Amino acid sequence: MSEKKTIRLIVTRQDRPDSAPYEEEFEIPYRPNMNVISALMEIRRNPVNAKGEKTTPVTWDMNCLEEVCGACSMVINGKPRQSCTALIDKLEQPIRLEPMRTFPVVRDLQVDRSRMFDSLKKVKAWIPIDGTYDLGPGPRMPERKRQWAYELSKCMTCGVCLEACPNVNSKSNFIGPAPLSQVRLFNAHPTGAMHKAERLAAIMGDGGLANCGNSQNCVQSCPKGIPLTTSIAALNREATIQMFRNFFGSDEV
Amino acid sequence: MAGNREFFYRRLHSLLGVIPVGIFLTQHLVVNYFATRGPEAFNRAASFMANLPFRYFLEIFIIFLPLLFHAIYGLYIAFTAQNNVSRYGYFRNWMFVLQRLTGIVTLIFVTWHVWETRVQAAFGAEVNYEMVANIVDNPLMLAFYIVGIVSTVFHFANGLWSFCVSWGLTVTPRSQQIFTYVTMVIFVALSIVGIRAILAFA
Repeated sequence: MSEKKTIRLIVTRQDRPDSAPYEEEFEIPYRPNMNVISALMEIRRNPVNAKGEKTTPVTWDMNCLEEVCGACSMVINGKPRQSCTALIDKLEQPIRLEPMRTFPVVRDLQVDRSRMFDSLKKVKAWIPIDGTYDLGPGPRMPERKRQWAYELSKCMTCGVCLEACPNVNSKSNFIGPAPLSQVRLFNAHPTGAMHKAERLAAIMGDGGLANCGNSQNCVQSCPKGIPLTTSIAALNREATIQMFRNFFGSDEV
Repeated sequence: MAGNREFFYRRLHSLLGVIPVGIFLTQHLVVNYFATRGPEAFNRAASFMANLPFRYFLEIFIIFLPLLFHAIYGLYIAFTAQNNVSRYGYFRNWMFVLQRLTGIVTLIFVTWHVWETRVQAAFGAEVNYEMVANIVDNPLMLAFYIVGIVSTVFHFANGLWSFCVSWGLTVTPRSQQIFTYVTMVIFVALSIVGIRAILAFA
């Protein structure tokens, strides 16, 4: 009979956050229309490596399975992307899976993206709408601007831009492109704009906007096509104005 | 502001690279170009520059202090990057690496160059056509000077591009693209000026 088609995967594994990483090869049966996640599920179902030895199932993170949550990001054949939309038929084999090492590795392909959520808190990436009384409806947003802002709002905090950025690493405290672009999004909102100066102050602090080195890997890598470098340049302009305002301006808030 | 100096230092670093260091570099290359009109012309121009009023003040505040800050902080910036062109071989990422690489080459070259010329002048040597001609008499030194000049000019031209992004002058991808062309034309043009000048001494 015809030989059964298989998929070869080389997974970079790590047992504990502080243990050394190692590679393990897997060979799993092929099915049509598989993605990296279904391949990992196959390993989980039958955790046997390519040498036929029994091993532990590979750990990874996932949630929505439709590229909107950002949880299943990993480095696939050298490029960071979501494993849910990484289709086996479109990948060169052996498929190499690695964790996004810019973040602390929890286990195998699972990383801790807490720093991104901390950054969102730091830059106040929200619209304050709560008061002690009914604040009423906010100002309207022009439709054209809403459509533009929608593109920026597609950010799913997946971490791909931080992984691609040469200036986000253990030697630097740069917060990275994603939270910066969120500052532009929330400053563009008519109600959010009330906190514009606070957000700018946050990104004009240590590890902020100025640490961008313009390698522009982020905009090339963003799975959502967010114009990250345009956001950064636009914020640079805002920061320039804010800088002069802070120094020469009046004490008016 | 206190304890929050990184933004200020980065912006100062970006500004000083263009004003005054970049402007001084352009001026320096243009004055050197007098060498293509013969030793006499170069010596006249060099002695005009050397006899400018407030020379020490100008040297310290237009050249040495800004250059020193730009160089030292630039080294810090270069060594905090984790270059990744092997994985992300995009044009701008290459420019990012080249900017850091040429920065280091330029620092080595400029240090050597200042030692050979300005420091020797302080010890009593006369800065003239002959001094430079003696230096580039050695083909290895000529090669070193050409590499140094091209590296410096590249660092300036590409730095002009990132200056425009860092200060928010070029925001759209289109303007950044056009400015890539503009700065590369500046790179080629100033390289020709610099190389023709140094070859005039050889």
